[in-house]
Amino acid sequence: MTDVTLPFAPQKEVGTESFLDAGHTLISWLTTTDHKRIAILYAISITIFFFIGGIAIGLVRLELIEPSGMFLTSDGYNRLFTIHGIIMVWFFLVPSIPATMGNFLLPLMIGARDVAFPRLNLLSWYLYVGGAAFTIYVLVAGGVDTGWTFYPPFSSDYSNSHVIAAAAGVFVVGFSSIATGVNFITTTHMLRCPGMTWFRLPLFCWSMYATSLVMVLATPVLAMSLVLIVAERAFGLPVFDAAKGGDPVLFQHIFWFYSHPAVYIMILPAMGVVSEVFACFARRQVFGYTFMVYAMMAIAVIGFMVWGHHMFVAGQSQLANLVFSFLSFIVAVPSAIKVFNWTATLYRGQIGFDAPMLYALGFLGLFTIGGLTGLFLASVPIDIQVTDTYFVVAHFHFIMVGGSVSAFMAGIHYWWPKVTGRLYNEFWAKFAAITMFLGFNMTFMPQFLMGWEGMPRRYHVYPPVFQIWHVLSSGGAAILAIAYIMPLVYLTLSLRYGARAGNNPWHATGLEWQTTSPPPKHNFERRPVVIADPYMYHEIGQPRSSHDTSPPLPQGRQI
Amino acid sequence: MSLDQFITEASGYARRVDETFWILVAISCVVVFLLTGLILTFIIRYRRGSDAPRGPLPEALKHEIEIGWTSATFFLFLFLFWWAGVELMAASSPPKDALEIHVVAKQWMFRFQHPSGAREIDELHVPLATPVRLAMTSEDVIHDLYIPALRLKRDILPDRYTYIWFTATTPGTYHLTCAEFCGTNHSRMYGQLDIVTMQDYARWTTAQPEGDDLAHQGDKLFHTVGCSGCHDSPGSTVHAPDLHNLYGRLVQLADGRTVTADEAYLRDKILLPNRDIPAGYAPDMPSFRGVLNEGQIVAVMAYLKSLSTTSNEQGARQ
Repeated sequence: MTDVTLPFAPQKEVGTESFLDAGHTLISWLTTTDHKRIAILYAISITIFFFIGGIAIGLVRLELIEPSGMFLTSDGYNRLFTIHGIIMVWFFLVPSIPATMGNFLLPLMIGARDVAFPRLNLLSWYLYVGGAAFTIYVLVAGGVDTGWTFYPPFSSDYSNSHVIAAAAGVFVVGFSSIATGVNFITTTHMLRCPGMTWFRLPLFCWSMYATSLVMVLATPVLAMSLVLIVAERAFGLPVFDAAKGGDPVLFQHIFWFYSHPAVYIMILPAMGVVSEVFACFARRQVFGYTFMVYAMMAIAVIGFMVWGHHMFVAGQSQLANLVFSFLSFIVAVPSAIKVFNWTATLYRGQIGFDAPMLYALGFLGLFTIGGLTGLFLASVPIDIQVTDTYFVVAHFHFIMVGGSVSAFMAGIHYWWPKVTGRLYNEFWAKFAAITMFLGFNMTFMPQFLMGWEGMPRRYHVYPPVFQIWHVLSSGGAAILAIAYIMPLVYLTLSLRYGARAGNNPWHATGLEWQTTSPPPKHNFERRPVVIADPYMYHEIGQPRSSHDTSPPLPQGRQI
Repeated sequence: MSLDQFITEASGYARRVDETFWILVAISCVVVFLLTGLILTFIIRYRRGSDAPRGPLPEALKHEIEIGWTSATFFLFLFLFWWAGVELMAASSPPKDALEIHVVAKQWMFRFQHPSGAREIDELHVPLATPVRLAMTSEDVIHDLYIPALRLKRDILPDRYTYIWFTATTPGTYHLTCAEFCGTNHSRMYGQLDIVTMQDYARWTTAQPEGDDLAHQGDKLFHTVGCSGCHDSPGSTVHAPDLHNLYGRLVQLADGRTVTADEAYLRDKILLPNRDIPAGYAPDMPSFRGVLNEGQIVAVMAYLKSLSTTSNEQGARQ
């Protein structure tokens, strides 16, 4: 293999067998160590769980139309919102972008043939499936009713549901996160191609790196907290039972020491995705690249020091409350900087409104509102009023659904031609993006209002004064459900009926676009060498017209 | 039930919380309008193929802009932290003469015990314009007493005490409810707060069937369950500490530490007597877990406090 300096025309690689053709049997998929195929295995698995979690909350929203309930028992209701939380957090959001797009793109973006440990990568998927099996068992056996937070002593001593199996599922799937994290960190350190210095890494790679650090450092703490719950529930080890000298609040500390950084596991990858999308569709270099890098690393580090803001009402000392409040304001600074930088990236651009860009713009608006309401929750007196109400529910859905899921959709639409070699129906994609944005706001805006007024979360029956907000919210959820089903349909159809995309339909500069779409088994025919900074769109200096009708890009400056 | 039972500002503290809230809302609106304005301007003006002038930005300018909005954001957040922090500190300690009401939560009800001995379930009477301190504990899982009209919420933990205090300013009937998920009927664990005038409160307490006030109930228990056999019994062969003036005092422990004999300490002494042994005493006291229920512990505690001349002052320090 000889090293060649980019440019080489991707066209030269036409005729190379794509990774999709490297084996068509089921066994070839289940035993693959190709990072691209593992990404697809993950994508299918998390999509299944996304819709299971979605059905659970769909039933909850339907039930909430009537203040006294319609068709569920209180136990049934509690089990549905619990399974929604467990599935959406651990079986969809945490693996969503890293395990699918991260797996597929990180090696491509840094010019590597695969991740550092391909077999560990496959093991991580099997661990996911193992954890998923426990969760499916919980679903079939009758559910779990502790909420996704597993607070003792309810979970350890009082709940009559399948707590141990649910905790085991989360415990196992945690190791899949750790395996992915270790793999990505090593890959980024060891396998960057010549010329790919740290500060030439695309922001998506930086986001994967920051996320992986958090996964590796925080997830073991989650595992500990779950082991302790199981030890207390199954063997009577009184870690959290105050009657025997334990401490029920200790669990909350350990749990949130993972689960707050986990919020950043869910949002950092989203920040990486939209950075790529904004640059490509505004045809601009990302504004303040180095600030963006430092901001991501700052979020990852400071994110470890704010867990106590989940316990402002749990009897923490005033001093602890003040310190955690302060740190929570501080962690919001880098997020704000990123919002400003994305906005500034649009300045003087050549902005195209293709589907990925619409999803990314949706992310920008919703993430901003999610972030601003985070300031409310960092202020202790406001938090005391709105914590454990629908205000908090709305806040974290703005971040995790308005933010992460919008970015996930942006990424799926942006890299779909890369993965499949096909184009989807652009009209339906735009329509779904707009519907998703509107449906989302209709679902969660009313929740801010009723939360502030005093509507607690996790309530099966509720005071009738809040009915109007619940009805609006459920209506929004119905719209949102339709918006989520649409991509499933048109993306699936595109696999068979979609037009051929060509190698680089967006005229993007990333290294992943400098090979065929779909890429060959080992990603690049020749080892790429990087000679320029990422996002050199402004040097192209010409509008990008859609779908390969414009003249080919000037070649020579990669990434 | 009307929305007023939730959103009325029934105390001075609630009014101040609302002020902070609306300031944050105002700042958020300004930020959202600015950003939306900028984004809309950019995506319209710089849409693909428009004839607006473009070109790279000077590097130096980029740097200054970054520094500029980073520090602006930082100082804005610092200001918000300070603003909210002042609010928090101002509300942190109740006055010494606060009326203390005990709250015991269990699946799925709240029980309130007044100093007069009066007891009520899922309904709480408090006097107007009087500082009220709630000392709360749970008999089973974690609950949370949430009173929207007072903008107050605090977890109620098993085997621990947590506190909130307030001075109600607006008479009326308000909603109170459990805010920490506690099992099947979590959403049915609610009640009402009646803020009444001091005269009405006094009338209400005297109309209750409980004859004795809490401290006297505790005194009786102290003798019937056997505490007095060792404590407070000069003729006893057992070497047990004298409990007069204990509440609020500093206690030297056998392991060298010093702790304040507050409610949490006394409660531990009743239920987990062999933890934190005071210096000079043998760990030979039996546990009263299962002998005294939460309500009775509250009464014994009230009695122990009544033995202490400095109790009010110490209670206020919580």
